[in-house]
Amino acid sequence: MSTVVLLTMTGLGLGALYFLIASGLSLIFGLMDVLNFAHGALLSIGAYGTWWAASGHLPGAGPGGAGFVLAVLFGTAVGTAAAVLLELAVVRPLYTRPREQVLATVGVGLAVPALLSGIWGSDARTFPGPKALSGTFGLFGAQVPVNRLVLVAAALVVLVALRLFLGRTRHGLVVRAGVEDRAMVTALGIDVRKAFTLVFAIGGCVAALGGALGGLYFGSVDPRQGTSLLIFAFVVVVTGGMGSVSGAAVASVVIGLVQQFANYYTAAGLGDLAVVVLLAALLLVRPRGLTGRLA
Amino acid sequence: MTTGPLLAVRDLRVLIGGRHILHGVDLDVARHGVTALLGRNGAGKTTTVRGVLGLVPRTGSVRLDGEETVSLPTHTVVRLGIGYAPEDRGIFAGLTVAENLRLAERRGADGPAYGLVHELFPELKRRERQLAGTLSGGQQQMVAIGRTLLNGNRLIIADEPTKGLAPKVVTEVAQVLERAAEAVPVLLVEQNLAVVRRLAEHCAVLADGRTAHQGPAAELLGDAETARRLLGVGHGPVTRASSVEADS
Amino acid sequence: MSTATETHQRTGEDRTAARAPGNTARLLRRWWPAAALLVLALAPFSALPLPGLLDGPLGSPGSLQLLATCLLFGALATGYDLLLGRTGLLSFGHALYFAAGSYATNTLLLEAGLPFAVSALLGVCCGIVLALVLGSVSLRVTGIGFSMVTLAFAQAGSILVSRNPGGLTGGEEGRAAPAELLPSGLVGIENTANLYWLALAYLVLTLAVVHRAVNSPTGRVWEGIKENERRVEVLGLKPYGFKLTAFVLAGALAALGGLVHLLLTGGSTPQTTTSDFTLSLLVMVVLGGSGTRWGPMAGGILYTWADHRLGDLAGSGAVAELPAVLRVPLSQPLFLLGVLFVAVVHLLPGGLARLPSRLAAARRGPAGPETPAKSKSRKENGRP
Repeated sequence: MSTVVLLTMTGLGLGALYFLIASGLSLIFGLMDVLNFAHGALLSIGAYGTWWAASGHLPGAGPGGAGFVLAVLFGTAVGTAAAVLLELAVVRPLYTRPREQVLATVGVGLAVPALLSGIWGSDARTFPGPKALSGTFGLFGAQVPVNRLVLVAAALVVLVALRLFLGRTRHGLVVRAGVEDRAMVTALGIDVRKAFTLVFAIGGCVAALGGALGGLYFGSVDPRQGTSLLIFAFVVVVTGGMGSVSGAAVASVVIGLVQQFANYYTAAGLGDLAVVVLLAALLLVRPRGLTGRLA
Repeated sequence: MTTGPLLAVRDLRVLIGGRHILHGVDLDVARHGVTALLGRNGAGKTTTVRGVLGLVPRTGSVRLDGEETVSLPTHTVVRLGIGYAPEDRGIFAGLTVAENLRLAERRGADGPAYGLVHELFPELKRRERQLAGTLSGGQQQMVAIGRTLLNGNRLIIADEPTKGLAPKVVTEVAQVLERAAEAVPVLLVEQNLAVVRRLAEHCAVLADGRTAHQGPAAELLGDAETARRLLGVGHGPVTRASSVEADS
Repeated sequence: MSTATETHQRTGEDRTAARAPGNTARLLRRWWPAAALLVLALAPFSALPLPGLLDGPLGSPGSLQLLATCLLFGALATGYDLLLGRTGLLSFGHALYFAAGSYATNTLLLEAGLPFAVSALLGVCCGIVLALVLGSVSLRVTGIGFSMVTLAFAQAGSILVSRNPGGLTGGEEGRAAPAELLPSGLVGIENTANLYWLALAYLVLTLAVVHRAVNSPTGRVWEGIKENERRVEVLGLKPYGFKLTAFVLAGALAALGGLVHLLLTGGSTPQTTTSDFTLSLLVMVVLGGSGTRWGPMAGGILYTWADHRLGDLAGSGAVAELPAVLRVPLSQPLFLLGVLFVAVVHLLPGGLARLPSRLAAARRGPAGPETPAKSKSRKENGRP
């Protein structure tokens, strides 16, 4: 029983991390048809930003309490800024060349981890965090690490915030409409490119937050963390349907749980394998994805 | 500038995927009433409209009230005061009726004219919270036209608004357009000659991506021989028009 | 080299063949590949020092090893472009077939103890069958969906290899090939020249196969699919079969490349299974010029060379003394290559292969953007 509880909580924590990457990825693809290969890099930037600030480089920030919150905010802000820069400088000039947009993000996705390992080394760095978050708590007889709970809570907050944004604000309305028919949105007199920058900012912000909290989950940061999570985020995006935040949420939970349980109860690595095979199978069975956007 | 046509299109050319779709379209939209854009299937009517709006890459000259728009992006062209109801209606299926309308709101002097839209289409008020994808074709067309009436537009472009609708709904749509045209000039792409006859004062005919004829609508439709030559109408415009109506 | 210049070149060749040798420029244009091949083939006999370009003299084992790797990747990129540049298929799983060639051969050698020739043949066949099976499945979806299915399959392969099932793959360490079973002429530092020639032969073979294929009737259908798949369908042709042909042919070339890599490096490494490996092929192709005859090869050679040399440079004292702002980026070849790649995508659509014609157009003066050659190249590059 305690194993099941632990696996469930870990799976949910992992799912929460996937959601933080996949929700932005899904919105960006849904709206712009750009599969952002640099999204993992945005997560890494957030992770390193937080790590840098929490290691005492940012005045006021630190590994504990309010200092850590500040560090997470800093990392998230840096990731958001990087995402906006990515959209404006790299993606936007290629507006009329969709395939080159993807290629350019591939280049960024290669360059950023390399730059990070150039600055801070390619080895994993221990991630500082508040004592309160590094402990465990008892749940149905299992000792569950607190950081799983932090990730799940953060993902829930992000989910609610995104839903409110999409459902209640005009910008959210533009994004939802743009996911359906971008050209028609412009034909209503709306500059859809502003929405592009916005979804990149949102995606970068949420991914960077995922990086910051992922540091807690893994206990360390390394330059390739984001990229290795990206493939599972792809699985989530395709499973949940392109452009659908709620779909991404459900898919994240499913993928996280399947992966954890399969890895534990069958041979190690089989869970990872099962998940990528699931991606292929899903695409083949429903080539248009769940929202019909994937051609 | 208050003289001359409201919209003056000169030598509009559109090239998509290395193929010329338009080879030089000239089109004047009058400052009052309905100007109909006619032509056989594939003549380039929809492409002309899309070219005017900048939804396809285009060259030539498109002047709205004297202002050159050919190098402007679509959203800027539209903000000059154009309401557009596209051929496929351009409804956002996953959004509610109210959201579809709200999306079309533009900042203007008087604010969105929901009063007018709901007066013309009381149905839209009743179905405000319904997803637009679940509406009937006619109701979707109401949303599409409603969007063009929401803002104080200088020009309404309606691309085949009666296509695929039941005869009763065709009449309804025609009535609304007639009323809209009292306040705002309308560029109407239309295959249904009965509707054209009822609404249009002026018309332009396209053939093979070029302008083949421009003039008063009555003149063209009254001349069975010219109409047949330009529109491919089989037995004179009257029978053809009624058969179209019966088809739909 | 744009398609335009290529056509021009081909007709030029015909004319030269018909007329007596006249124009030196034309002769040069026809024969430069042969001349380059000759130079490359004779390289092991040369002791020419190329400071900056290579560490040791040209014929030294170290230089030959690097050159052979460059040629190998030039060939791999050329084969990959069969999908990307010729058929318009963006596959993120090409590494799988390369790794299959390497790992399957190695496993047959190590586990079954089969003779090298048999292992090699079966290993390459494994790669081909894998490409046939996974290609026939992946190609049921189009567009970015296809890219992601190929990515998923390749990732599955990568995970499998790194988990070391039954001790077959050696996990993260990879596995060294059994030297005693390999042909003796292809083992050891003293035989580097032979390995170099092997890589060169593989490159020539790949170039020839790709050239033949794209100029065959099938190749013209690929071109059509790349431009507009629907139009091919309208003509009554089924794109699926043609795309599968391209996929399997590219997979076969990759598997063969895996075999060459096995010999060249003396083993199989899990790095060749990763999606990063495929992405680096993508970078090579786009860098050099997708859809051109020589571009992918040039991109592959340049990338591999730069990757190695920049790595050496990073370890050198000259870089270590630089201020951090310069030292950090210079010590990371992937960073520089990534940035270069983004720059090429933005500033030089069509890759390095398009550079000569662009420079020529620029030299011809500001004739405006609508000179025919330029507008053609722009159209080609603009296509998604």
